[in-house]
Amino acid sequence: MKFGVVVFPGSNCDHDTYHVISKVIGQPVNFIWHKEDSVEGHDVILLPGGFSYGDYLRTGAIARFSPVMRAVTAFAAEGGLVVGICNGFQILCEAGLLPGSLLRNRDLRFLCEHVTLRVEETNTPFTRAYQAGQRLSIPIAHGEGNYFCDDATLAELEAEHRVLFRYCAPNGELTEAANPNGSRHHIAGICNRERNVLGLMPHPERAAELSLGSQDGRALFVSIVDHLNERIGRRA
Amino acid sequence: MTWTPEQLQQHRLTTDEYRRIEELLGRAPNLTELGIFSVMWSEHCSYKSSKVHLRRLPTEGPCLVQGPGENAGIVEIGNGWCAAFKIESHNHPSFIEPYQGAATGIGGILRDIFTMGARPVAALNSLRFGPIRDAEIDAASEATSAAAIARNRRIMAGVVKGLGDYGNAFGVPTIGGEVYFDKGYSLNPLVNAFALGLVRREQIFYGKAEGVGNSVIYVGAKTGRDGIHGATMASAEFDEAAMEKRPTVQVGDPFSEKLLLEACLEAMREQTILGIQDMGAAGLTSSSCEMGARAGTGIEIDLDLVPQRETGMTAYEMMLSESQERMLIVAVQGRERQLLEIFQRWDLDAVVIGKVIEEQVLRVRHHGAVVAEIPNLALTDEAPRYQRPLQPVPVDETDVAPRIAAAIAARRAAGASEAETLGQLLAEVLAAPNLASKEWVYRQYDHMVRTNTVVLPGSDAAVIRVKETRHSLAMSLDANGRYCRLNPRAGARLAVAESARNVVCSGAQPLAVTNCLNFASPERPEVMWSFSETIDGMAEACRALGTPVTGGNVSLYNETEGRGIDPTPVIGMLGLIEEARHITTQWFKQAGDQILLLGRTGRDLGGSELLSALTGEACGAVPSLDLSLETAVQATCLAAIRQGLVQSAHDGSEGGLAVTLAEACFSSYGREAIGASIDLGAHAAASALDDPATLLFAESPSRIVLSVSPERTAQVLALAREHQVPCEILGVVGGEQLHISLDGRPLVEAPVASLESAWRSSLPRHLDQPPA
Repeated sequence: MKFGVVVFPGSNCDHDTYHVISKVIGQPVNFIWHKEDSVEGHDVILLPGGFSYGDYLRTGAIARFSPVMRAVTAFAAEGGLVVGICNGFQILCEAGLLPGSLLRNRDLRFLCEHVTLRVEETNTPFTRAYQAGQRLSIPIAHGEGNYFCDDATLAELEAEHRVLFRYCAPNGELTEAANPNGSRHHIAGICNRERNVLGLMPHPERAAELSLGSQDGRALFVSIVDHLNERIGRRA
Repeated sequence: MTWTPEQLQQHRLTTDEYRRIEELLGRAPNLTELGIFSVMWSEHCSYKSSKVHLRRLPTEGPCLVQGPGENAGIVEIGNGWCAAFKIESHNHPSFIEPYQGAATGIGGILRDIFTMGARPVAALNSLRFGPIRDAEIDAASEATSAAAIARNRRIMAGVVKGLGDYGNAFGVPTIGGEVYFDKGYSLNPLVNAFALGLVRREQIFYGKAEGVGNSVIYVGAKTGRDGIHGATMASAEFDEAAMEKRPTVQVGDPFSEKLLLEACLEAMREQTILGIQDMGAAGLTSSSCEMGARAGTGIEIDLDLVPQRETGMTAYEMMLSESQERMLIVAVQGRERQLLEIFQRWDLDAVVIGKVIEEQVLRVRHHGAVVAEIPNLALTDEAPRYQRPLQPVPVDETDVAPRIAAAIAARRAAGASEAETLGQLLAEVLAAPNLASKEWVYRQYDHMVRTNTVVLPGSDAAVIRVKETRHSLAMSLDANGRYCRLNPRAGARLAVAESARNVVCSGAQPLAVTNCLNFASPERPEVMWSFSETIDGMAEACRALGTPVTGGNVSLYNETEGRGIDPTPVIGMLGLIEEARHITTQWFKQAGDQILLLGRTGRDLGGSELLSALTGEACGAVPSLDLSLETAVQATCLAAIRQGLVQSAHDGSEGGLAVTLAEACFSSYGREAIGASIDLGAHAAASALDDPATLLFAESPSRIVLSVSPERTAQVLALAREHQVPCEILGVVGGEQLHISLDGRPLVEAPVASLESAWRSSLPRHLDQPPA
């Protein structure tokens, strides 16, 4: 089992993601430079948070043209697991691997704080270690996390149970005050139709150790490991 | 004389200074050389007014690896690791252009850190603005007119966004700091940025140009006409050469800085770098002459080779440009190609622009001719030093107690109880912008990136874990301009003591200090006197607490239209926590825990938040500080924490004991708010006080509020006795009210929720108003 963390110029959660995989989850991991054109040898590709290319044109808009993204797209098409966190989610939307886009936060400010998420679906490789309806405390840190898509796409996401995480109040209710950035339907994370590509704005890698206040993000990585172990087991 | 007095004045050089330049050169300088002298002999680069005083600061200690004089100070933090840290001001640019001024401030300090080989892992900032409350509008005063208040809000919003956008994109967590408001900062806000990085002891890099013949390499962003020394922009020749003038505020590019960081650290790891320095103030000029001066060599550069953003730049412009995100490197011989390749891989310019030479001069070529040749020492060690005249100002010793008593009596509505009046006053003091929650600010900063932030913003000190050593580092920035105006020496001592106390409350041993000294014009003797007093106050406190000064920054001429700021020395304290279980926060944890107070309360209402809330005044005798009691209180607290006796520890100074207790009750991440029942009788008797306002609001230093499980109380009391520190049991944690009485007489009876709401909603209420 091998994790790969893509490093774009301007990625800044690459070390954090690497740390969680290697030290907390205890799985082999390496960095993949954005100029590489292959991701061979990896079972999971993680696109970390940060400000790829300074987010100068539009978040993720330049990174999607990095050579590595062609390889990631091909990898996803073959069923490989891909996770985009924060800026990684933005890149996946720009690259067309996930629908919709991330607009500026409702109050136009960067926002860094712990939020409560509700786990909506557990039948994915990324959420199988969670309980449906489980509430998680995980931080966000973004200026552009306001998930937007057209009505048809939104209906499709809902009908196909592809909304995996929603922002909610501590009691699980979907109140306006609990939606930190104005996302449609409180969306914090979605997957593709094939359920092998996940994008989410919150940072599970920042909530994987007790010393940081929350371990609620850990099960996302554990889910992936369980899924891959099962797949490898089936193959054997 | 070749240059007219007007031209010299435009370059901010006096006639005497000019004569000295001719002496040092043995001839008249040309325009480029004049520009170079002007910038290197400026207050900002030469410290000409402050240097004679700075010498009195203690700069030695067992943990010290690098003291003042380098890009940053460095201390040892265990297991072969070191912390490089420093604070710097960006006050003037932030007033002119808040967003870019603040952004380039944090950009500059980050470069100072990674120049030394250290990866930045924490940023803090100390900010001061003019008033932001509508209630303070006074049409008669320029500093608090409606327009000024609106501008203050805009400046604050711009500064916070600038600091956030730069730090967030760069990937350094901004984990703490302070924000204060006073009308003195209305026309001169202060933006002081602090950064800390980690480096292995054997991998520290210095700004030295060693090895004659070695290549001098320019890396990073291209040089443009931005940031050319404002004071020098107006000379006739210069106008003619520069087709267009650019603002003197530089523009920050955090993306370039991030690439520069990664490329520099990689080039250092690959051992291709011998010496390196940030091109900060005075860009190419300061980096090349200082690197030569430190190594006893010289540097020769050819400006035709410098990467340029625009065409037709003169030597004068290039040498004085302050374009951001650039570094000057002396390469290891034979590794130049590898070095250039590393920077190219990160899509950055990297060009050999010169070499290290034997003559100890800065030699600049342009279009095939030598356009400047100046001995390094003339620009550095031989720069002017002034012992400027000092004029003592009488220290304010007004007794403010009668005014406060009268103001409280006047407020007490007919039929209102004492507790209602004081409870109301507590809510008001908690909502004062100086004390109110700073969440509005820090939620705009990514304070968690790098996953080391083990104490989130809002407690006494910011704490990060060091993954490499299993230790943690605590940091705090502290200043009080009000105190320093009333009594600069005492104010400086109080700032150092509070900073150390904050770090101790988080469970850390204070190690060392950096500082940023913000003052008005040194040419005014009373300002220079307050500077000199501040240095002596800092020196005394740093000696007493065993925390040497590792460097810092002096920012003078903080005045607009003849009105100066209060003396504002900002202290940055670094502390070390050896075991994670010693990390302590300020919040009460458990109903039933006992609340203890270390230290004594005195009649310390001068310059207090209470006085300001009641009367709008800032006067009186500042709190008195006994440094031996301070050290003993800190030692007791640290010993109790290390013995596992303490649930929470909170510094009790600004705002007074009532504010300290309320803050300890408020909710924090993962923790609900909780109440407390307090009786101050025993403490009042021990402190020989009976006035409720003094007991609740006096800002006496050397006090720490602890909460302790009941079975440990006796041990803490014994520890205090051992250290000869006064310590009383104040009460117990629990309930939903903050209940404070004096021998059974109720002083405050307020729901914690309403106090917390006053405290939390204050800044958003003032700052999120639609513009008028």
